[in-house]
Amino acid sequence: MVVRELSDADADRIFHALADATRRDILVRVARHELSVSALAQHYPMSFAAVQKHVAVLHRAGLVHKERRGREQVVHAEPATLRRVIDLLEAYERIWRHRVDGIDRLLAED
Amino acid sequence: MPVVKAYKDAEALTLTVVAEFDAPVERVWQVWEDPRRLERWWGPPGWPATFDRHEFVVGGHCGYYMTGPDGEKSHGWWRITAIEPPHRLEFDDGFADAEGRPLDSGKAVHFVVTIEPRGTGSRMTTVSTFADAEYLEKVLAMGMEEGLRQSLGQIDDLLA
Repeated sequence: MVVRELSDADADRIFHALADATRRDILVRVARHELSVSALAQHYPMSFAAVQKHVAVLHRAGLVHKERRGREQVVHAEPATLRRVIDLLEAYERIWRHRVDGIDRLLAED
Repeated sequence: MPVVKAYKDAEALTLTVVAEFDAPVERVWQVWEDPRRLERWWGPPGWPATFDRHEFVVGGHCGYYMTGPDGEKSHGWWRITAIEPPHRLEFDDGFADAEGRPLDSGKAVHFVVTIEPRGTGSRMTTVSTFADAEYLEKVLAMGMEEGLRQSLGQIDDLLA
């Protein structure tokens, strides 16, 4: 199964990274286009250092990569990792398709 | 095909499944309301469910277990948060220990189920939201083991 392509440690890092609403929001913003950490920091009621920490968590999970450009750190999304999360949701979707087929069979019997 | 559409939102960790059935709304509602009907489809592949508690009212608790391919049991709980028969059901679903006590500090998947008439049949929409992303892995682990067992079985057949 696709899910097996993730090691347990990878999965833990990805899920930990995605479990926080600020980090999910950062990910959505940088998925649209690359942003510097200071540009990102303007969107949140928290310190630059706190935003930098969130970016570091996303980076360790492989969800974004960082690039130093002069004095700025530019953050890009890493679509391949996001793809893996979608694969996980697809595995969950298969469970639901199985359930829907079960309901359909049950309704046909009654 | 009863499943019409499925939408995934990787950032918000939600899955929406829309299904249409050739049966009136009241009969689709019964597959949730009647525990004997519910347990015939709730468990993931290879993990049939048995409900030993089913309080189908707001604030009500349900308890169930699913029996795996090697006879191992995985226990779960529901807490009903909204109910409007026969159109709307909301509940939290989580893992429990053998006595039915919630595990993972009460972490749960939130479900919103709506059933509407559609032509001569019904349309059921189910939105699952994973409050904690790590939880998704755990939920999948059961179905995955079965999937792995099936693929190993197929390889075994090829080698025979």
